[in-house]
This record gives sequence, C-alpha cells and structure tokens, in this order.
Amino acid sequence: MDELISKTLSHLFISLGGVSISAVVGITLGVLLTRISFLSAFVIGFSEILQTVPSLAMLAILMMFFGLGNPTAMMAIFLYSLLPVVRNTYTAMRGVDSSLLEAGKGMGMSRWQLLFLVEIPNAFPVILSGIRVSLITAYGIVTIAVLVGGGGLGGYIYRGTQTVNIGMILKGAIPICLMAVGTDFLLNKVEKKTSIEKRGK
Amino acid sequence: MSDLPIFLQRNWGTFVNALGTHLKLSFSAVAIGICIAVPTGILLTRFPKAAKKVLAGVGVLQTVPSMVMFGLAMPLLGIGIRTALVVLIIYSILPILRNTYTGISEIPEKYIIAARGMGMNGFQMLMRVELPLAGSVIISGIQLSAVYIISWTTIAALVGAGGLGDLIYTGIMTYNYSMILLGAAPASILAVLTSLLIGWLARIATPRGLRM
Amino acid sequence: MVKIKFQNVRKVYNGTDVVDNLNLEVATGKFTVLIGPSGCGKTTTLKMVNRLVDPSAGEIFIEGKNISDLNPVDLRRRIGYVIQQIGLFPNMTIAQNIEVVPRLLHWPKQKRLDRTAELLSMVGMDPQQFMNRYPSELSGGQQQRIGVLRALAVEPPILLMDEPFGALDPITRESLQDEIKKLQMKLGVTVLFVTHDMDEAIKLADMIVLMREGQVEQAASPEKLLSDPVSDFVQEFIGKKHLPTNYDVESVWEIMNPNAVTIAKTKGINESIALMNKRNVDSLIIVDENRKLEGIVSVEEIRAAGRQESRIRRIGDLGIRQVPTINIHSQARDAFDLIVNENPRFIVAVDDEDIVYGIVTKTSLVKALAGVVWGDETDV
Repeated sequence: MDELISKTLSHLFISLGGVSISAVVGITLGVLLTRISFLSAFVIGFSEILQTVPSLAMLAILMMFFGLGNPTAMMAIFLYSLLPVVRNTYTAMRGVDSSLLEAGKGMGMSRWQLLFLVEIPNAFPVILSGIRVSLITAYGIVTIAVLVGGGGLGGYIYRGTQTVNIGMILKGAIPICLMAVGTDFLLNKVEKKTSIEKRGK
Repeated sequence: MSDLPIFLQRNWGTFVNALGTHLKLSFSAVAIGICIAVPTGILLTRFPKAAKKVLAGVGVLQTVPSMVMFGLAMPLLGIGIRTALVVLIIYSILPILRNTYTGISEIPEKYIIAARGMGMNGFQMLMRVELPLAGSVIISGIQLSAVYIISWTTIAALVGAGGLGDLIYTGIMTYNYSMILLGAAPASILAVLTSLLIGWLARIATPRGLRM
Repeated sequence: MVKIKFQNVRKVYNGTDVVDNLNLEVATGKFTVLIGPSGCGKTTTLKMVNRLVDPSAGEIFIEGKNISDLNPVDLRRRIGYVIQQIGLFPNMTIAQNIEVVPRLLHWPKQKRLDRTAELLSMVGMDPQQFMNRYPSELSGGQQQRIGVLRALAVEPPILLMDEPFGALDPITRESLQDEIKKLQMKLGVTVLFVTHDMDEAIKLADMIVLMREGQVEQAASPEKLLSDPVSDFVQEFIGKKHLPTNYDVESVWEIMNPNAVTIAKTKGINESIALMNKRNVDSLIIVDENRKLEGIVSVEEIRAAGRQESRIRRIGDLGIRQVPTINIHSQARDAFDLIVNENPRFIVAVDDEDIVYGIVTKTSLVKALAGVVWGDETDV
C-alpha cells in the first residue's frame, strides 16, 4: 500500500514538475511572441512538430541525452506541453478585446500593469485549458516513461502486461485514470469559473 | 556509430517489416475509425441532446493514457495485433467524432434555413451543404487522429503487435542507440509527414469560396 | 383571386400563442407586406407558408390546396424563399447557388445555364463576369441580389421574403427595393414580404397586413391604411411622419406663426406697453380668459389713451378694432389671397370658436412657400 501511494505521488509530481516548467517557459514565450509576432509562426510551427513526435520515440531519443530516469520523463513532458501552453497563451493574449486594452491605456496603466491587470487575467481561462491538456498528456507520458527507467505507476502496468497479471495492471491503471479524469474535471471547473463571459451572467 | 551502414544492412529486413506493420496498423485503425466516427458524428448532430452525453463519455475515455488502455485490453483480448487494433480504433474515433459533430453543428444557421427553405431533403442538405462546409474541420479531426494513432502504435509493441515501437523497445532494453534511432526516427518522420500530408489534403479539399 | 389563404391559423410556442387565430387572404400577383412590432408573429406566419413551421391549428391553402396534404420538400421547391442573412452557400459559385433548385428539380444543364444567365442579366449583372465568382467576392447588396435570383430560379408562383433588406445599408436597400418591385410586376409573382420598416412597406406593398400579438390588426392598401387607420395602435405604428399631411394644399395651421403676442383684456396699460417693448411688436392681440379673440390694439392707440385719460384703465376697455381673421382649417391659399388683396399687417388664425392660435403675416407666408420650394422644414 505504501508503495502504491508513493508511486502515485511520484507519478503526480513528475507530471506536475514537467508541466510547471513548461507553464513558466510557455507562458513567458507566449507573451513574448505577442510582442514579436513575426517569430510566432516559426515557434508555434516548431512546437507543433515536437508535438507530432510519438511519445515513445521522444522518450527513447531523450534517454540518449539525459540517461535513464525521471529527468528524461520531465524533459519529454516539458517539450510536449510547450505547444498547448504557448499556443493558447499567444492566441488568448491576441484575442483580448482591444477596447479593454484601450480602456487600460486610457486609465494610465503602464505596459506591465496592462499585462498583469488586463491581458493575463482575460487570457487566463484559455491558458489554463492549455495547462489542463498538458497535464493529462503528462500522466500518459510518465506511464510510458517506465520503459526509460522512470518512476510512477507505469511500472505496475508494465509488469502486469509482461506477466499477464490483471490485478497488477489495475493497480496502476485505476489511480492513473482517476488522476486524469479528476484533473480534467477540476481544471474544467476552474476554467469555467474564471471565464469572464460566464462571470457576467 | 561509424558502423551504421553495416548495422542498417544487417537490420534492414527487420526495419522494413516493422515499418510495414506500423503502417498497416495505423492506417487500418484510422480508416476504420473514420468509417465509424463520421457517420456517428453526423447521426449525433440529429440528436443534440444525446450528443452532449456521448461526447462527454468519449472525452473521458480520451483522458485515459494509451499504455493504460493497452494494459487493460491485454488480459481481455490477449496478446497480438488484434488487441492493438481494437485499442487503436477506439482512440482514433474521438477526434474524428468530435470534429464531425462540431463541424456540422457550428455551420451558421442561415445556410441550414436557406437549404431547407429551398426544398432540400435531409440527404441533399448533408451532401451539398453540411459536409462541404464542415469538410475542413472533419479532415483536421482525421489529421489529429492519425498523428495520435501513429504515436500509440509504437506503444502497441508492448502487447506484442510489432511495429516501429518494437525496435525502440528492443533498443532501450539492450542499450542499443542505433536500434532506438532505427525505430524512433522513422516513427517521428512518419508522424510529421502524415500530418503535413493530411494538412495539405485539407487545404485542397476546402472549396475555393471558403479559402480566403 | 386568392393565392394563399390562412384559415383560423394558430401557432403555439411554449404555451404562448405566437399566431392566434389568423385569417388572411393573399391575392395572386400582388405584393403583400406583413408588418408589425417584433414578436407579432409575422415571421412565423411567413414560415408557415413553406412549412418551415407547421401550424398548431387551422389550415393554410395555396390555390385551394391544403398545404398540410403536400410534401413539404416539394412545396418548398415551388416557393421562392429569401432570408435576411442572405445565406448564399459559400462553397458554391454564384451560378451554382442560383442553380440549387433547378438541380434539385433535375433541369438539364443547358436549361440551367440559360436561366442563370437570363436572371443575372435581369438585374444588370454581367453573367460572364459573375457566374464563376464566389459569394465572398461580392458586396452585401450584390449577394442579396443573387439571393433573390436564387429564389426566382424556377419561376415560382410565390416568393417569400423575410426581412430581405434589413441588413443592408440604406442606399443599397433603396435600390434593391426598386429592383424587387420591378421584378415582381414584370414576373407577376405573388410576393409575401416581412418587414418592420413602414417606409419599406408603403413603398412596396399592394396590401399591408399590420399584425399585433399574432392577429391581423388591419389589412389594407397603403393609402387606406394611412388615411383610415382602424385603431390607435395602427396610428401609432404608422408614426407621425406618415400621417396624412395632405399634400398639395396646405392649411392655415401649417403656414401660420404660432407665436402670436396676446394679452388678456384684464391687464393694465403699463403691462401692455412693457410686453410690446419686450417682444418688439407694435400691436397686441387682446383675448379673454379662454384665449378667445377680442380684438387688437396698436401702440398708437395705447399712447393716445395714455395721454387723454387715467392710466389705470384695463387694456380691454380701450377702443378695440375689428381685425381680419381666418380659420386655422382653411386652406393656406385663402390666407394668401386675403393678404394680397386687403394688405393687412397680419391675419389672426382662429378656430371655429374664435380661439387664437397664431397669426399669418407676409413673412410667415414667404417662409411657408420657401419650405415647399426647398423642402425645408424650418418652423414658420
């Protein structure tokens, strides 16, 4: 039981770790791209290609550089999460109603104030939905990462499939499914709550 | 790495075999997925209330990681290509189903009113108005689905289905980087090329009047 | 002759009667306009004709046939339909859009082609230039022209139009109104047209059907509706600018200056002089407590009275002169004749009870004439 709990926690933390890095880098990159928009097609195109690479292939290639273990898993999560976070940040920031920006400028906000008081709060639900997608993908990657020496619940599933032990497979599968479904449900709720359109009604 | 030519020569047969299996599996899964998902998606647009529930259900299924799904399917269906195909088909359905449904149901109402008012029956409306207008959305669902399926087919090696994943898996187990690359590089290239190809198809399939 | 007949038609949505016991006959070859405030059921009424909406009760007949016995798809192919949002299919060229119904009816290719060219020429659009374009390459006005042509493609005997010009700019709207009226008269098609714009209704309609809360409030020709509204509701809906202003001959009411300087006969002399100074006039119109005309007094008469007698006398006690008057309902021409022939400084405009409403002077006549000539609506 202790092992199950510790594996569940490490599954969660590896995923959260990778997505957090990607959130910090991705949101910054997304915001920067709105200021230097000629780069956006290039950056988003590149992360689109990254996203297309099959996860097992990505993990295996990364393993060649980062060795066996969790750093490889986190790196893969980071790379996969980049696209949803960058793209959602970029499009959401550009989608902020220009009258809000004008109102902000008109009230004498500085560029930083405009960013933190107007643009990011308005873009937040869409950015969050990028993070939600990333996190759910991350659970899957951590599961597969057992093949490159990662920790987490994938080990149960892997051993279970090798020995055709359904109990073992379920031991890994159930917590992962609960985590994925729970995350989807929870973050969807937060998205709806923070969405400006809904708030008004 | 200097003996790469020799390595390639020695493993060429294995590689071609794996690539063939990978292509066959992915292609069949997506093709069958299209045959199931497009008609179902169209049907759902006729029952919007049921559609919400069905899509939510399939959405939950989509959050289940691929390896978990393979792991769950194996004790039920056994080892081999059949298991892999079933799981891959299930996965290929969702993006296509969702895009078919939203593509059609988000067609502006004016076109539907105009089509009905001019005396099109349900089938004519579907063929002349709904499918042409939703076409690019449906194709981008197929694009997404194909990329996912190529990725998940690599994992199908776990349930003994073969494919490029087999090479990667063997490479990892034996610390053979050349073997890893022999699986990983073609799998990645295959995914990227498929995505580009379908993207291009979507563009030429878009009626000229909508391409602005 | 009756083309479309509504007989005790009701339509209930969520427990409310959108259309409530409607009885209406639409005449063959005429332009009939359904108008009314939003929610009056006019669009629902229209959509029941091509069975996009089916009535909850009652019957609709087209040329004597109950349409509930007809296949709705076949029915719609024989009835043209134009909607406000235009709804040209963006994936089809202009020609393909026009040919939608001909194709549904399996017309041969050459016949379709000829018809499309004919229709485009009819509205002055060069077929060579437009046939192979896409809707997104056309302006809104051009798109709706195509929308109308598409509806007319198979020469339907009936054309339904649901606020077809509501989304267009005013200039484009005017020219499309002219065009549809011309087309309708040329083709002899029976048009049923929904709008909320009274100007549009008056311009286009042979018969206006004004609806209110799902019922017909008044159905009449535009002239009849304007001159003889059956209720306050109709009058209000028609609005002030459409009230009969009668037209070639203006009344005194319209050409008089309503700011006549009057004073009650009980006021004192001093007050009268002060008022004259203030308003810069040299005569006052003396009235009683009901503004009934007593006479006029000029500044000379007041001064004379002031020199001779005590200054505290009431203005009404001064020698009041008779004054030329004219009834406010008389024709402006009479006032004009009076001023030209007798050359008084002014004429007092009064009603049947001698109540003073204003004066007619040479200046007010000139201003009224100017208004007629230059279309100016400045106050007289």
